[in-house]
Amino acid sequence: MSFDLNFIGILIGAIMASSVPLILAASGELITERSGVLNLGVEGMMIIGAISGFALMVVTDNLFFAVVGSMLSGLIISLIFGLLTQSLLTNHVATGLALTIFGIGMSAMIGKNFVGIPGKEFPLLFINLKESIPFLGPVFFGHSIILYFAFGLPFLTNYFLKKTKTGLIIRAVGDSPTSASNQGINVTLVRYSCILYGGAMCGLAGAYLSLIYTPQWIENMTGGRGWIALALVVFATWSPIKVLIGALIFGGITILQLHMQAVGLRIPVQLLSALPYIMTIIVLVVISRDSRKIKLNTPTSLGQIFYKEK
Amino acid sequence: MIKVEKRNDVSRSIYFLTPVLAIFLTLFGGGIIFFILGFNPIEALKFFFITPISDLYGLSELLVKATPLCLIAIGLSFCFKSNNWNIGAEGQLIFGGIVGGGVALLFYNHDGFYVLPIIILSGAFGGMLFAMIPAILKTYFNTNEILVSLMLVYVAKLLLDYLVVGPWSNPEGFNFPETRQFSESARMPILFDGLRIHAGIFITLITVFLSWLVLYKTYLGFQIKVSGLSLKTAKYAGFKGKTMIIFVFMISGACAGLAGVGEITGPIGQLHRNISPDYGFTAIIVAFLGRLNPIGIIFASLIVALTYLGAETAQIFLQVPKYTGQVFQGMILFFLLGSDYLLFFKIKFLGLKKNEL
Repeated sequence: MSFDLNFIGILIGAIMASSVPLILAASGELITERSGVLNLGVEGMMIIGAISGFALMVVTDNLFFAVVGSMLSGLIISLIFGLLTQSLLTNHVATGLALTIFGIGMSAMIGKNFVGIPGKEFPLLFINLKESIPFLGPVFFGHSIILYFAFGLPFLTNYFLKKTKTGLIIRAVGDSPTSASNQGINVTLVRYSCILYGGAMCGLAGAYLSLIYTPQWIENMTGGRGWIALALVVFATWSPIKVLIGALIFGGITILQLHMQAVGLRIPVQLLSALPYIMTIIVLVVISRDSRKIKLNTPTSLGQIFYKEK
Repeated sequence: MIKVEKRNDVSRSIYFLTPVLAIFLTLFGGGIIFFILGFNPIEALKFFFITPISDLYGLSELLVKATPLCLIAIGLSFCFKSNNWNIGAEGQLIFGGIVGGGVALLFYNHDGFYVLPIIILSGAFGGMLFAMIPAILKTYFNTNEILVSLMLVYVAKLLLDYLVVGPWSNPEGFNFPETRQFSESARMPILFDGLRIHAGIFITLITVFLSWLVLYKTYLGFQIKVSGLSLKTAKYAGFKGKTMIIFVFMISGACAGLAGVGEITGPIGQLHRNISPDYGFTAIIVAFLGRLNPIGIIFASLIVALTYLGAETAQIFLQVPKYTGQVFQGMILFFLLGSDYLLFFKIKFLGLKKNEL
């Protein structure tokens, strides 16, 4: 293989595209976790977003409705999680698992009639720039609008959490719900909002998969990306910018293993496919070893039930 | 007017009644879903929950499915009681199946009463080893066991896929992704002619009994429960936290491995890509529905096994996808967790008193 700058540009573009669902879902979950709520239902919310986005695209033939609808359906299904954990004070871990099981089942039920239908072409921006500039063209141009949004999102999230009053309130609720509540903050309301926001972002992440990345509906098409997104939040030690870096690393592994399969190396395909999962474990071990580093940014009340005596 | 009050003590009768309430609410919710899909809800629910077990074969199938579910859930109850979130039982089941299956292939065309016990033990051992990965990483590297155990499910699935496609595939199998059929000596004895119910059910029942002994009659069981209620108390009392974590993971891994080896030597009889219809995940629901109590788990495993059968029947008669079972399973857990609210809070319906008027 000769050294081809343009090819590397295309490769980087592909890595960016494959990291988009991870960035979206992890950024959403990061806000949820920063408010002290651990929602393990990411995989379930993503798959619901994927099927509702695709179904709406087929039914309405309108990509805008499909994208907005996927976010709404992610939001609605996260509302179940909110009602249970915030109003009925259920265990976060168990409720999140139920949400994932329910979401996968529900998506297959809805998706029964949408299997095998071809997707619609999603408009890509600056196509001519992509082709006319070598290397930088395929890196920066010719992507969907959702990709540009996803790459801006970690910076927006960072600014939001650190510089705005609402961001401060969310962090206060996550670190000490009792004192936040004593300051007159409605902890339950803040947490509800963060859960719904996380749900909407996971819905969008799913829609990216079914509308743009592999434009079709396949049962179980999220394939564990929701869980990797959850791991990314830990990997990033709850810092949005590191989510972006982590997602690119995992996108890179995914694309790399696909290329290694295509080149036909004498390594079992299954070993290559297992790489992202094995890497997740290794990275988690490396990050978690230093418990002080982890604790620095971990929302103190993460996963704990908050109940205000009336 | 409705008033919500915190209960001072948890009522024991409500503790075991809320699962029943959850099941009724699930039936109701399921009825609504079937109605939306355009079916007569009563008819559809009948197809789902009654038709599958209206004959002897159906009842035997119910037990065939409940056998692994109950076994895995019993193991998980050790983890969940001590606040260790092992959610990768599916991976431990598959790895147990791989190890047990490998031994079964090793003993291909080999007779002897000792063959099956060796296979079963090696399956349990395999599941146990696989569960020790998240346990050791948690104890020594502070790594989140939820994520590690889950990632390992995907690794186990891919390993199984590699083996049945590659080195272990049947040499006379026309490249189908499956191993040879195991020899007769490597198969679980069938209990009744014509039915699929096999001796694995005794393994499950013995495990249930032993678990009950350990959890309720030994000091170890007491330690597990205390660590689950309050980690600080457990530390104060001088319990060895790390050993405990590894122990509960070993138990639940061994149970999942046993379930895996029970499936491949029982109803399946070989290794192929899909040795488990997500039993490892569904068993999490069974464990909760059974209140982490051995007797409760037996009942819960029968009910959840019925959702598997129901989904199969509904797929045939109503043409709904088999994933409907998962929708029901998710709903059961939602309603169960939600109705736990009644455990900790009293809801009072108050009329206005005369003197308030």
